Amino acid sequence: MPTFNDILIMVPEFFLVAAACVLLLADAFMKPSERVYLHWMSIAVLAVTIYLVVFKQTGGTVTAFNGMFIRDGVASILKVFALLTTILVFIYARPYLQDRKLFVGEFYTLTIFAVIGVMLLVSAGNLIMIYLGLELLTLSSYALVALNRDSSLSSEAAIKYFVLGALSSGMLLYGMSMVYGATGTLSLAQLHTAIPSSTMPHLLVFGLIFMIIGIAFKLGAAPFHMWIPDVYQGAPTPVTTFIGSASKLAAFGMAYRLLETGMGDLAQHWQLMLAALAVLSLAIGNLVAIVQTNIKRLLAYSTISHMGYLLLGLVNATPEGYSAAMFYAISYALMSTAAFGVILALSRAGFESEEIDDFKGLNQRSPWMAFLMMLALFSLAGVPPMFGFFAKLLVLQAAIHAGMMWLAIVGAVFAIIGLYYYLRVVKVMYFDKPVEGAQVRLQPDFTLRVALSLNALVLLALGLWWGPLLGWCKQAFVG
Amino acid sequence: MITLSHYIVLGAILFCISVAGLFINRKNVIVLLMAIELMLLAVNINFVAFSRFGHDVAGQVFVFFILTVAAAESAIGLAILVLLFRNRNTVNVAEIDSMKG
Repeated sequence: MPTFNDILIMVPEFFLVAAACVLLLADAFMKPSERVYLHWMSIAVLAVTIYLVVFKQTGGTVTAFNGMFIRDGVASILKVFALLTTILVFIYARPYLQDRKLFVGEFYTLTIFAVIGVMLLVSAGNLIMIYLGLELLTLSSYALVALNRDSSLSSEAAIKYFVLGALSSGMLLYGMSMVYGATGTLSLAQLHTAIPSSTMPHLLVFGLIFMIIGIAFKLGAAPFHMWIPDVYQGAPTPVTTFIGSASKLAAFGMAYRLLETGMGDLAQHWQLMLAALAVLSLAIGNLVAIVQTNIKRLLAYSTISHMGYLLLGLVNATPEGYSAAMFYAISYALMSTAAFGVILALSRAGFESEEIDDFKGLNQRSPWMAFLMMLALFSLAGVPPMFGFFAKLLVLQAAIHAGMMWLAIVGAVFAIIGLYYYLRVVKVMYFDKPVEGAQVRLQPDFTLRVALSLNALVLLALGLWWGPLLGWCKQAFVG
Repeated sequence: MITLSHYIVLGAILFCISVAGLFINRKNVIVLLMAIELMLLAVNINFVAFSRFGHDVAGQVFVFFILTVAAAESAIGLAILVLLFRNRNTVNVAEIDSMKG
């Protein structure tokens, strides 16, 4: 029977659900001019949830509701960073939304519901919870992509996202049904113990393949990446930022729960599948990004290649590999929020600032923004001493320790190819002449500039001082 | 006598029809929504069959959740479809191609 203690374990989630409902109700009674209070209330709610996740919880692994919900170090770290990046998304989004008459309550409540989905997904202890958390996240994301109702691109991106997302959920479910048939349980912990004694090993591997297809879709790993470029380009930029940061943390959490907590004994089967996905993602992501002219699309292909690096960590299938992959997921979430944050800061009403040409001569017009963008791009490219460099180093090391030297070499070669298109944007910003008549009107929003500066400088700070974060990541997988 | 494998084969056939419907269809987005529904129902047949023959009720509970989420999913899908039709005046899959590269 569920007890009061179960509810105490899930306090952050319960608080966020209640707060989201209150925000939804408050929005109905607010005048448009008062909506800025909703903005600050949403940020405060997320901050309180971070506080609850970090300080109101004891250490160690605890389960609630008969193992449906797992609270451990992995879940807590992923939750903290998902909430943190969502706060950044809210701060970056406000001027953009106000300029385009999109400053509506739906954006805030839908994003918060999506974050609840992230939190449930990374804490899932049962296949039902994985499915429900995932759908809460993706259904909210479909609606968010279509937020700009008058944009033809937005609705096209939303329908593509919807169809491919539903296809991937179907694949994942089909795999789950096969695994359920082979083991007779939906609980991840019982799955782990039932797999070695299963009488139908072929059915298990068959189900595993479908589950990996579903995971690859959600991560955006090639060859299941078709939706990523269109959604990144078509969605309103704040929504792209959210999909590129918090959703990626959730996808890592889902992969870890399914593959390690549930199917850890089949590691020798899924390691090679993930290695193949990683090579394809690295190749397609880095090579196709070279020819892009739209910076949102460029960052979309860069996401695909980054998911390839994340998979290099998962391929290792030991605590060392998982901690490297989680470190990578966190670094990617922070880097992409910084890069999209600069795009948001430079955009204004009627001007999206999403073509690479829009960045021409940015250094002459706004040296500080150009510097922040350079930090974000160097970090994405993996230039030392940025955060992204150490994240790449760790996943390559994990691949070598897994006995896959060739995979690490492929990763290193594509990191060098990737350097080209990031540096091209830096070159455009610093050495090209600004387009005639182009002028930058920085968003006069003070909080945006402060948050963005902090976000980009943290990439440098964590590159120089990455020990504590890596220590937490390692500890999460040991204890 | 209908055995477990009959149900699993039926589920597999329905699943293949729905995947084919998603990839072959070039005409209408509404057909895509129907194919997605069919895919979830194929999964439900699997779950119910495994649950019945494995004497474990959890699979049938999962089916309830899938049915509920599928309803929410079609609602959102249709809403996006209405939006698309308003902006484009078409629901033809082949014409939804303004983003490439």
